[in-house]
Amino acid sequence: MKGTILSFEQVTFTYAPEDKSVKPAVSDLSFSIGEGEWVALVGHNGSGKSTIAKLMNGLLFPQQGTVKAMGLTMSEESLWDIRSQMGMVFQNPDNQFVGATVQDDVAFALENNGVPHEEMVVRVRESLQQVKMADYLDHEPHHLSGGQKQRVAIAGALALRPRLLILDEATSMLDPQGRREVIETIRELREATGLTVLSITHDLEEAALADRVLVMSAGHKQMEGTPDEVFSSGEELTEMGLDLPFAMRMAGLLKQAGVPMTGESMTEHELVEELWTYYSSK
Amino acid sequence: MMEKMIFGRFIPGDSVVHRLDPRAKILFVFLFIAIVFIANNAITYAILLGFTLLSVFLSKIRLYFLINGLKPVFILMAFTFFLHLFFTEGGALLFSVGFVDVYEEGLRQGIFISIRFLVLVFMTSILTLTTSPISITDGIEVLLGPFKRVKLPVHELALMMSISLRFIPTLMDETGKILKAQMARGSDIGSGPIKERIKAVVPLLIPLFVSAFKRAEDLATAMEVRGYRGGEGRTRYRQLNWRIMDTLSLLLLVGFAGLLWYFRS
Ligand SMILES: Nc1ncnc2c1ncn2[C@@H]1O[C@H](COP(=O)(O)OP(=O)(O)O)[C@@H](O)[C@H]1O
Ligand SMILES: [Mg+2]
Repeated sequence: MKGTILSFEQVTFTYAPEDKSVKPAVSDLSFSIGEGEWVALVGHNGSGKSTIAKLMNGLLFPQQGTVKAMGLTMSEESLWDIRSQMGMVFQNPDNQFVGATVQDDVAFALENNGVPHEEMVVRVRESLQQVKMADYLDHEPHHLSGGQKQRVAIAGALALRPRLLILDEATSMLDPQGRREVIETIRELREATGLTVLSITHDLEEAALADRVLVMSAGHKQMEGTPDEVFSSGEELTEMGLDLPFAMRMAGLLKQAGVPMTGESMTEHELVEELWTYYSSK
Repeated sequence: MMEKMIFGRFIPGDSVVHRLDPRAKILFVFLFIAIVFIANNAITYAILLGFTLLSVFLSKIRLYFLINGLKPVFILMAFTFFLHLFFTEGGALLFSVGFVDVYEEGLRQGIFISIRFLVLVFMTSILTLTTSPISITDGIEVLLGPFKRVKLPVHELALMMSISLRFIPTLMDETGKILKAQMARGSDIGSGPIKERIKAVVPLLIPLFVSAFKRAEDLATAMEVRGYRGGEGRTRYRQLNWRIMDTLSLLLLVGFAGLLWYFRS
């Protein structure tokens, strides 16, 4: 790990500071993300995940504590500087597509940052290649699938060559196929460029791919650790309204039924792998 | 019926007209609208019609398609024709049906006004049929550029236009979905007395509005995150380039205006 790219120090945020009956959406939260890491932020609905994302790029400012990103403290002055180094993809594929066509949408952030035209052309191609959408330059959004639209959104975020990519439930409105496409894209991106990723999700299967998992509940950080560590506390997660990945639940049930499982398989693929090695060595 | 309407539709193609710069085409149409009023006799109206048909030919839009798509306009045209026919007096009395008298001048006026109407509708349709909405927006933005000095929010207007265009299909889809959802609950928009039908539209509009506002909010956030802060210091990805053909097309129009002026009585 090279250095810290983003950190929260005892951050508290309330949507209605005057109203004492409203609980803070995020309370006394501290964590940091290192360069090159893939961190997953999980938690039930309303646990404060999106609020955290908005605090990260200055859409909201905390009442207490400090947010630091890219070596700068978040403030009105550093805001645009920080934003230009941070890409963000949201939940609804339709509501973040600004351009009339794929290439226009990818260029949007570049235009906003005054990148010269020749440079834009290069970067638009390059980012679309990274998400395998280079053949769709002139397509209009309503002719794309949800997964494709999200990949375009990722390309749009990548065009500025950010140091951190934040995905706020970017896969939650997609069908299984679209979800796989997007997750696969992130994986490949990380392999190719070592990009730092924060993925916000309540899909634990997606979280299982991360290096580190943060679990939020009602505005508080409940747990933090590697996916293995976090998932081993199965009960607690279920109580917080999170479902363990299918493979892990399956492994748990098999164990109960007397099959000697290691409990390390987190994806379907790993589970199948474990099952057949077990079966053939029996 | 909606499918046949060609108002505001864009048909991609590669004709000379398609390839013209949107600025040239917009200027062309605006000048043309003014030039139309030069015509005042049979020859000039004939030239006007000929020139329009030539433009249709150059744009490679099938005449049949154009006429078929503009049917509602023809109804309006027929209406103005008959209005002139029956109510303009002057010249010799041609014939009278009951209490209406049809004069020579009425027939002349009726035909002329109809031609004027026709060429205007054809020309503007050629513009929208051969230019993508986003190019038209780009063209308007650049053409209105000088008005920024008098504080006209040109960039914002253009952005609003392009986002509206971008969301039309999305909102159409959504309307369809809501419509089906309401139909599944027994709402009936297609029949019944007008009052009932209007009432049935309300439960369609409200969810549509709610979702449109939600979308607007999301979109604003997404734009802000991607560094949008107004037109200042922005560069353009979409470039317009003015070629020799564009200059020629405008020169052609000037020549055409001269011709009309010459034959005008
Ligand atoms: N714009 C807002 N105004 C007031 N309260 C909000 C707003 N957005 C979110 N909240 C509240 O803040 C809490 C955290 O919400 P959010 O960060 O969106 O959660 P998550 O993304 O984990 O589902 C919730 O209780 C929610 O009701
Ligand atoms: Mg959320």
